[in-house]
Amino acid sequence: MKLGTSAIIGGLLFALAIFVGLFAPWLAHTDPVMGANLMNAEEPPSWIWWFGTDAQGRDIYSRVVHGARISLTVGIVSQLVNSIIGVTLGLTAGYWGGWWDDVVNGLTNLMLAIPSLIFALAIMAVLGPGLTSLLIALGLTNWSFTCRIARASTLSLKSQGYVQAARVLGYGDLRIMITQLLPNMVGPIIVIGTLGMGGAVLAEASLSFLGLGIRPPYPSWGSMLSEARDQITTAPWLSVFPGLAIFLTVLGLNLLGDGLRDVLDPQSRSRRT
Amino acid sequence: MTAAPLIEVEDLRIDLDDGANHVAAVEGVSFRIDRGETFGLVGESGCGKSITALALIGLLRRPLSVAAGAIRFEGREIQRLSAAEQRALRGNRIAMIFQEPMTALNPVSPVGRQIAEMFVLHKGKGWREANQLAVEALANVRVPAPERRVKDYPHQLSGGMRQRVMIAIALACDPDLLIADEPTTALDVTVQAEIIELMRNLCAERGTAILMISHDLGLVANVCRRVGVMYAGRIVEERRSDDIFSACAHPYTQGLVDSLPRLGSRAALGRSRLREIAGVVPAIADFPAGCRFNPRCAQATEVCRTTAPETTWLGAGGLVRCHHHA
Repeated sequence: MKLGTSAIIGGLLFALAIFVGLFAPWLAHTDPVMGANLMNAEEPPSWIWWFGTDAQGRDIYSRVVHGARISLTVGIVSQLVNSIIGVTLGLTAGYWGGWWDDVVNGLTNLMLAIPSLIFALAIMAVLGPGLTSLLIALGLTNWSFTCRIARASTLSLKSQGYVQAARVLGYGDLRIMITQLLPNMVGPIIVIGTLGMGGAVLAEASLSFLGLGIRPPYPSWGSMLSEARDQITTAPWLSVFPGLAIFLTVLGLNLLGDGLRDVLDPQSRSRRT
Repeated sequence: MTAAPLIEVEDLRIDLDDGANHVAAVEGVSFRIDRGETFGLVGESGCGKSITALALIGLLRRPLSVAAGAIRFEGREIQRLSAAEQRALRGNRIAMIFQEPMTALNPVSPVGRQIAEMFVLHKGKGWREANQLAVEALANVRVPAPERRVKDYPHQLSGGMRQRVMIAIALACDPDLLIADEPTTALDVTVQAEIIELMRNLCAERGTAILMISHDLGLVANVCRRVGVMYAGRIVEERRSDDIFSACAHPYTQGLVDSLPRLGSRAALGRSRLREIAGVVPAIADFPAGCRFNPRCAQATEVCRTTAPETTWLGAGGLVRCHHHA
């Protein structure tokens, strides 16, 4: 296993984001919500205020650092939910076939036909803003690609000798799926999951920007952008730093996903050598 | 012969039904295997030997299905068993090894774990004990340094070693019947001999019966006590393997025997070409009427083209299906 440059850069960026999210309380200079002080309102970036301050005098650096927690929680948890749903549906549909396959296929096509952000918007509109409903909305709307991949992998793996052999040796359906099929498809699932995580971070930002995600005053990168848009000409640092955080995290995840695909996908590996 | 056979196949018919066509891929196949006995099925590709084996373990899948006849394992009809009962037989009482040791092992799981899984699955052992049993099982199939090999992945092993692992998995639960479907076709000749020897010895020690399936008449006759020759979905001749070379009765068997190169035959008989059987096995959809071998048979007459020959019992438990058997 040799990781490419892009995987290493992507991995480092993602690791940095995780590190920042995990140690936010120690890295932040002030409390992201309560640290308001109108005496320091709208300070530009300086040695004291690294990323500047907003109209309420809150430290943007501290808010971006804390925002990493929310963005990454949403990215990781919602993509995990997506992967579990997608793999479960795709694996069983590919393995059993028949009417269940038809049902899953129909559902997948339905999900692919509706723009996932619109769907998530609708769910958020029903559930109301907040972290939990954000996780539900994003976790339920982005499993169709994972499902497709899992189903396709199952179909091709099903005819492999060792899957047939397992059946001959008396393995039950569930045991075949868990011991024979699942371990052989983790590669592409991880790749899709990593890319999907970047998508989820972006989706969180979009929903929060639209006011349906994390509500102010709690700092998420999307909600910070949303608050900053009126002052984009007078205080550009308000939007630049959260935007940069989103950009670097998503870039990192995409590079990592591409890099992992090169390592884990046997087809692209043989094409390179 | 003991009174109750281990497995008994009676008038088995396997249908191929792909919606448009409905044809019998295997028809009128009967044989029995006693405890600890070795029986071989020989025939060209596509003659139905492998699907007969799949039928024995209840694993025919659409478009194939058992249309008639019975398969009895220890007197119980396999078709009548529930899915769970069938699963409990598979791997535990009836095991199978395959042609391709390259693909029959899971590439992402260490071989020791794949052996141990059998003990967990069928014998209800814990993983710790199962892993120890897996080391023993590898030692039994003469794999050197088994305690290190159990951690190896299939791609780290040679073809011969992988087939040994397959045998270890198949014999893990001391099955009563081992089905070997072309077990050595993918291996080179020296390894082939080792594997066959190993399989035969292990099965003899445990009293495991063998059903060996191959296109290699010489190999099967060497391993098995009795041989059934299949052609186009029917058993055309069944003999004790001692007799098959000297006294085969069916023209197809004769053709197979003649097509084997014989050591020293050139010195004895002068330089001569090996004889082949002209033509190919007909496709399942257009088996000829009458005797299915008639288009390729030198002795075919009018009756062969119209009437399917009945089974004729020969002495010493042999049988043949031919109008003109010798």
